[in-house]
Amino acid sequence: MKQVPHLPSLRLGKPYCSLNQSEVLDYRDGSVRATLSQVNPGVIRRDLKEVGQARAALQKFSTAELLEISRQAGEFFLHEELPVGKAGELQSPQEYLETLSSTSGLPHIMVSRNMEKIHHALTHMDTILNGLTRGLDVEVLDRGYGEQSGSPVCFHPTTKALGLVMPSNSPAVNSLWLPAIPLKIPVIMKPGKDEPWTPYRLMQAFIKAGCPAKAFGFYPTDHEGAADILRLCDRALIFGDKSTTDQYAGNPGVQVHGPGFSKVLIGEDEIENWQDYIDLMVASISDNGGRSCINASAIIVPKYAKEIADALGQRLGPIKPLAMNDPNAVLSGFANPKMAEWIDAAIDADLLEAGAYEATAPYRDGPRQVKAEGGTYLRPTIIACESIEHPLANREFLCPYASVVEVPQSEMLDKIGPTLVVSALTKCESFKRELLMDPRIERLNVGPISTMKISWDQPHEGNLFEFLYKRRSIGLAA
Amino acid sequence: MRLEIIPVMVSEEQIKHAANDLDQHVEEMINWHFSPESGCPFWLNWAKEQDFNPLEEIRTLAELYDKFPYFEDEWLRDLPNKVWVPQAFADRPFNIFETGGTTGMPKQRIGWDDFRIDYTSFSKTLNDDHFPRDHYWLMVGPTGPRRLRLAIEHLANERGCSCYFVDLDPRWVKRLIATQQFDQARAYMDHVVEQALTIIKNREISALFTTPKLLEALAERRDLVSAGIKGVFCGGTTMDRQYARFLQEEVCEGGKIGFVPTYGNTLMGLARNHPFGPENDYSIAYYAPQPRAVLRVIDTASGKPVEYDNWGRVELTTLTKEFFMPRFLERDEAIRREPWKEAPWDGVAEIRPFGAMEKKIVEGVY
Repeated sequence: MKQVPHLPSLRLGKPYCSLNQSEVLDYRDGSVRATLSQVNPGVIRRDLKEVGQARAALQKFSTAELLEISRQAGEFFLHEELPVGKAGELQSPQEYLETLSSTSGLPHIMVSRNMEKIHHALTHMDTILNGLTRGLDVEVLDRGYGEQSGSPVCFHPTTKALGLVMPSNSPAVNSLWLPAIPLKIPVIMKPGKDEPWTPYRLMQAFIKAGCPAKAFGFYPTDHEGAADILRLCDRALIFGDKSTTDQYAGNPGVQVHGPGFSKVLIGEDEIENWQDYIDLMVASISDNGGRSCINASAIIVPKYAKEIADALGQRLGPIKPLAMNDPNAVLSGFANPKMAEWIDAAIDADLLEAGAYEATAPYRDGPRQVKAEGGTYLRPTIIACESIEHPLANREFLCPYASVVEVPQSEMLDKIGPTLVVSALTKCESFKRELLMDPRIERLNVGPISTMKISWDQPHEGNLFEFLYKRRSIGLAA
Repeated sequence: MRLEIIPVMVSEEQIKHAANDLDQHVEEMINWHFSPESGCPFWLNWAKEQDFNPLEEIRTLAELYDKFPYFEDEWLRDLPNKVWVPQAFADRPFNIFETGGTTGMPKQRIGWDDFRIDYTSFSKTLNDDHFPRDHYWLMVGPTGPRRLRLAIEHLANERGCSCYFVDLDPRWVKRLIATQQFDQARAYMDHVVEQALTIIKNREISALFTTPKLLEALAERRDLVSAGIKGVFCGGTTMDRQYARFLQEEVCEGGKIGFVPTYGNTLMGLARNHPFGPENDYSIAYYAPQPRAVLRVIDTASGKPVEYDNWGRVELTTLTKEFFMPRFLERDEAIRREPWKEAPWDGVAEIRPFGAMEKKIVEGVY
């Protein structure tokens, strides 16, 4: 029998096996798929005192060299065996896919799509940097100063390291931190409890491609350790639910990635054509198992809410869990079944409040929460709400979930609140102008584009370059 | 999981000898505390309400465990201090030491010479290289109404020198953490650390008493080796194996600073540690200062010791002329370890708050 791998912590690239270990469990039978070295927060604080060395190691490379390393890392990530575990065991891409699937509950097809996304990000890092920097010549980053569009520019880093407190919900979320490496900023990461695989594999891919190992801190740790990463790295990203992210709202050193509350809006000019957009709505709600912050969690329409809810119910209600390796699988299992129980109970509790009903229920043979394929699943849920004030109208859950709400077009933008992605189905110029001017929308798709469609050359949730670098005025004597 | 620990190297004869000594001490203490001419009002009155006579029926530790119920800590909180004064000490004013008290009335133990006896004895276990004689100590930790403050000063005096003090109020820290005022807790810790660093910078200190978290915080701000610190005597909060390893390997730089963790409190005295390191996976076992105090790891349902290398709740029995406290259930759990040649009786290892695996325990910096 193959031995369960032990993933050590990486202390600025150096493997470190802690005496405290946590287990990464198969979401179906609870069997141990890996153990993780859990470090005490003091280890992180101690290493952060030395993080200047990690940055110095990256500074020895030009940005162009690091872009090439990123490209190679992308190939290694997708195609090569890479070290996993303290004994230098190797993990093939297929083993990575199957193991990640078994601990995260993501079907193989979704892991595979996530792998492709990460590969694309790494192999197109030059395009991403170009988007983040708005076309800055990367040599400016090496020199520290130069010219852009005929004007002198000078940039300095805002931190010696990028802190990361990662989630477990979706592997592709790791693509957010990847540009830090060509930007010459080391990463100090607490991985998600159930998803250490992707960041560990990415770090190994970078190292194999020639990136200095020192650039990577991989620290499975407790809440105190996570708080220290956020407190001691001058710039950090945190992912979590609203209660987690609220703690750091307003902290300029912490970029908060919480629920997206992404939405599809249909304008008055297009509402009579709503049936043409059902496929787009279904994809926006259910792609990637409904786990992403860019999944639509509300459909806002000026009329026909009941009809649209019913049509979505017909499409999504019958969807059942399928085998992990079924290419048609849409639903993800829950690594933590208690989370599924909580979501299921929360939806039922809020349905007791008048003014909402579940549109998927008539088309679903059985309860929302099911045990299937050895795991726990939540089946798609569409809620028709009479008002956007209803507690289920603007919620986000870790499954294909959306509300359908009627709101007059003239009131939509005032009522939707902060929204990561809006896909606006309208041709009305005045409505488009209002959408373009609205500060609460992070990414705007105008026309029939799924909320799940993002552009690598346009950051949709914070600009990592602007977070890690600051422009300053410079004068250089001839 | 059973750990491979250092060979015990203790003979059955040593264990038996220690047990006999302990039984003799138990008999002596029972005679002392239950005789009207030397005992205290509490135990004399308690005995009158029992269906057995301790003076006649308790000769050994086994008999004590068999006859005495668990000690109720409310007695130390609710009853006036004078009920605990043994007749033999009636003409001497006593010290009042406190434990607990984050909210409400703290538990109080009175005493006269016990802390000196305990710490004089403990001093003999310290290595002169790491805790040089005739050199200064610094205590950074809870002073106030605690026995520890006088005990550490006595320890420094016993080793020929004096001790500086920086106070820390653990009751306030626990309250800050319990109410999630983490910024305030950190600010208070910084305040304590700054005071300590000021003393270290301006005075010649070679030995330190502090808590694990404060030690770590001090080392994050100052290279303790170059600051002249040679030994750290540490106690207070939980140290799991990883934390003990980190403190020894990194904070104390792998032996450049002698690291002496201890388990102790106002009610017991001080339990010394068995040597620890990679050879026993940094599992720190502590051994009570028998015969003056006895530690057991028990199953609270049966009241009997758990098997060796198994977890159970820590039970303390204190047996001095000043204080008799049979079968007090500590708020800790631990692994029962086998006797050690330097302490041929049971040890308690990897101590952590009772129920730590099931619920979050507020420990703070102390």
